[in-house]
Amino acid sequence: MGVQMNLISKERLSKMSSMEKIRMILDSVKEGKIVVLETGLTPEEEAKLIELTMLEIDHENFVGIEVESYPYREKSIFSKFFGKKQGRLTVIGPANRLKTLEKQEDLIKTLIT
Amino acid sequence: MGLLSGLRKRLKFIYRLLFRKDKLKIGIYGPPNAGKTTLANRILRDWLGDIMGSPSEIPHETRRVKLREGVKIQVDGKSVTIDVVDTPGLATKIDFHDFLKFGMGEEDAKRRAKEATEGVIEAIKWLDDLDGILLVMDATEDPFTQVNVTIVGNIEARKLPLIIVANKIDLPNASPARIKSAFPQHQVVPISALKGINIDSLYKAIAEKFG
Repeated sequence: MGVQMNLISKERLSKMSSMEKIRMILDSVKEGKIVVLETGLTPEEEAKLIELTMLEIDHENFVGIEVESYPYREKSIFSKFFGKKQGRLTVIGPANRLKTLEKQEDLIKTLIT
Repeated sequence: MGLLSGLRKRLKFIYRLLFRKDKLKIGIYGPPNAGKTTLANRILRDWLGDIMGSPSEIPHETRRVKLREGVKIQVDGKSVTIDVVDTPGLATKIDFHDFLKFGMGEEDAKRRAKEATEGVIEAIKWLDDLDGILLVMDATEDPFTQVNVTIVGNIEARKLPLIIVANKIDLPNASPARIKSAFPQHQVVPISALKGINIDSLYKAIAEKFG
């Protein structure tokens, strides 16, 4: 059986609220899907994603998530002033199916089982 | 999480600069088994003659935030009084099967896993109430993990002063240089919390950064 991958574009993400993004990610991952976000999440959204993941771990079917993204980048003076960081390409999957093999500043290698 | 939250953090940062507190809450953060409690114990032993809790080789030994108030650190004429906040290890996954490998029974392992998930949530919530962070990384491990990247991103977004503690330099395969190259924008202090190696440099960094 194959593994479904959802690749979410920057445009689609920009139309979603933080909670919409997090809910979409968790629902997909809990169904065994791999989610790839073109622009990733902000640090605050990642922290919220971890919080909600912890709440939903049931110790039987869902034991958490594997997340990998390139480091954050401040893109503009505006973003620097308001402290908003632009997320970058991010891959998220169920912890028992997605394994990170290698991660560098500009390269992520993962294994899906 | 948008413009208003950015402004709020900016104002909080300016407030912190203008109205320095007499006592600062400093959080010890990091992934499980990086040596957070060992560092908390070292600080408390050196300045109060006491300890925070028992460290363990089994991950997620600390599952509740522990606070010790009024630790006065004095180095080279500089002094700072801090409340030490030892936090549970941050993780994106907690599988009770991992605890079974340490000889734990299934019931105990499940209970530990449940408490560990609650501990992660508590640690994240504490980020909003701190004045500075000691981020502990295991210098024998690859520092470029998502947990480390997420913690650093959140600390930067909150404009909190940060010192990265490259721990376990007493071990032969430790490489603090790897941590420095992964997070070049931050101060990295290599230490062994267990053996006390270079701990004075950390106290000096704490007094300068947070004092």
